[in-house]
Amino acid sequence: MNQSIFTITENVPLTSSVMRMKLSGDTSAITRPGQFINILIDGLFLRRPISVCDYCDEDITIIYKIVGKGTEKMSKMQVGQKLDVLTGLGNGYDTSFSGDRPLLIGGGVGVPPLYNLAKVLIAQGKQVTVLVGFSHGSDAFYIDEFKALGANVIVATSDGSMGVKGRVTSYMDIDYSYIYICGPESMLRSVHEKCVTGGQFSFEERMGCGFGACMGCSCKTITGYKRICKDGPVLYKEEILWQTQK
Amino acid sequence: MADTKVTLCGIELDNPIIPASGTFGFGYEFAELYDINILGTFSFKGTTLEPRFGNPTPRIAECTAGMINSVGLQNPGVQKVISEELPKLSKCFNKKVMANISGFSLDEYVSTAKLLDKCDQVGWLEVNISCPNVHGGGMSFGTSASSAAEVTRAVKKVTQKPVIIKLSPNVTDIASIASACEGEGADGISLINTLLGMRINLKTKKPVIANRKGGFSGAAIFPVAVRMVNDVASKVKIPVVGMGGVSSAEDVIEMMMAGATAVEVGAANLINPFACRDIINDLEPTMAKYKINSLKEIIGVCV
Repeated sequence: MNQSIFTITENVPLTSSVMRMKLSGDTSAITRPGQFINILIDGLFLRRPISVCDYCDEDITIIYKIVGKGTEKMSKMQVGQKLDVLTGLGNGYDTSFSGDRPLLIGGGVGVPPLYNLAKVLIAQGKQVTVLVGFSHGSDAFYIDEFKALGANVIVATSDGSMGVKGRVTSYMDIDYSYIYICGPESMLRSVHEKCVTGGQFSFEERMGCGFGACMGCSCKTITGYKRICKDGPVLYKEEILWQTQK
Repeated sequence: MADTKVTLCGIELDNPIIPASGTFGFGYEFAELYDINILGTFSFKGTTLEPRFGNPTPRIAECTAGMINSVGLQNPGVQKVISEELPKLSKCFNKKVMANISGFSLDEYVSTAKLLDKCDQVGWLEVNISCPNVHGGGMSFGTSASSAAEVTRAVKKVTQKPVIIKLSPNVTDIASIASACEGEGADGISLINTLLGMRINLKTKKPVIANRKGGFSGAAIFPVAVRMVNDVASKVKIPVVGMGGVSSAEDVIEMMMAGATAVEVGAANLINPFACRDIINDLEPTMAKYKINSLKEIIGVCV
């Protein structure tokens, strides 16, 4: 983990409620796709944890949905503004398990961390399928970006206004070697039921510190108590205990 | 040169800064960020006799200048603390640590204290009496002078180490409870634990915290903490460890002027993992700013 100052270089809307922010600064603490950063926001006490969509040596891209006070304040931030950010948080996805045909599943604002994951897997020569679900076509984002990476992309929308109609679980009957997923818990749960290979599931929980100190985001697993922020957010298919998740 | 040393119940601290229980784990994770030997000491994660998972999530809520937590004393149990956590800590911390213990019955406090009494690494026992007394109908041990005194007496019997009783602020007269603990031989008093609070989500019309309410901490509670530390320090002769919303070297000095011999830093660690390091670095320049040569000299100047 690093604490450092980042400068906003971009903050633009992708849909009516989803924004993309680019932050320039020291990204050396980030080691894996699926990790997150924790942003200090002026006027708010707790930092706001946001998953890393993509990063390089100089900058981080995050995609966030405006859902509360924190993200609303973020949406009004200007290019050039400086932010105090903790980076390199969480375990992230381990790509060594992927096999040669990994299936990446995302729902809503669970989609962003899959972007860097797809990039890494494709660079490793894997044949990546990205299956993403949104409520409506107007909520969808990053479809072209995933295609540009060379991924096979399937979009499912609840109302069929873009791609195929229905839930992502209806379109999992394809040949895949491993599953990586990030999305709402209901989606994680239904994909977990249908998943016929190994898989890594990224969870969300309300956090205090984001780096393992406060025990605010603990959950029970087969392998013991885990902190979503430090031992997660990625849990392995075999260790997830749904009945006690909430 | 400015003298930051203080003596807490017979043990000298290089400075009065102590990360508060529940905000610093068992120390070793912060040791990856900075050398934690710069601390006065720290109070480790509240430990009970048996392992506890704690409360359901969400356990955290945002507040203006603070937060609510209802972690519920998640800890691996005293046996594992002794067999696993303390050995890990010994690799990165060479000072005496403050052992924070909790219990739901007198027997639990006694058994936990007995086991930690045997650990050389432990310098002090900080006894959290904010949990509900299962034998006393669920009312917190810390909310009456008689039950607080009862816990003090029981723990003092089984340990040679200094016993610091950590008091809840959710009471009518905190000084009389402190006084009752002093009467049973407490070596120190620490305060304040969190203030009971609650937030409601306007969209769902439900409490934000799964357990409905939790402990309010952070900068917002600092003035309440200063006042209560002052109330207690005015009443007892034993040392007082002040805490509650401390976030800067100036807050530390204010807390000491109110009567604190040492100062715990809690929620600030969760926002800035380097908070205690930063406060320690700021301590000497801040002392110079207020023409303070020795921190010992300012303890309780406002009592």
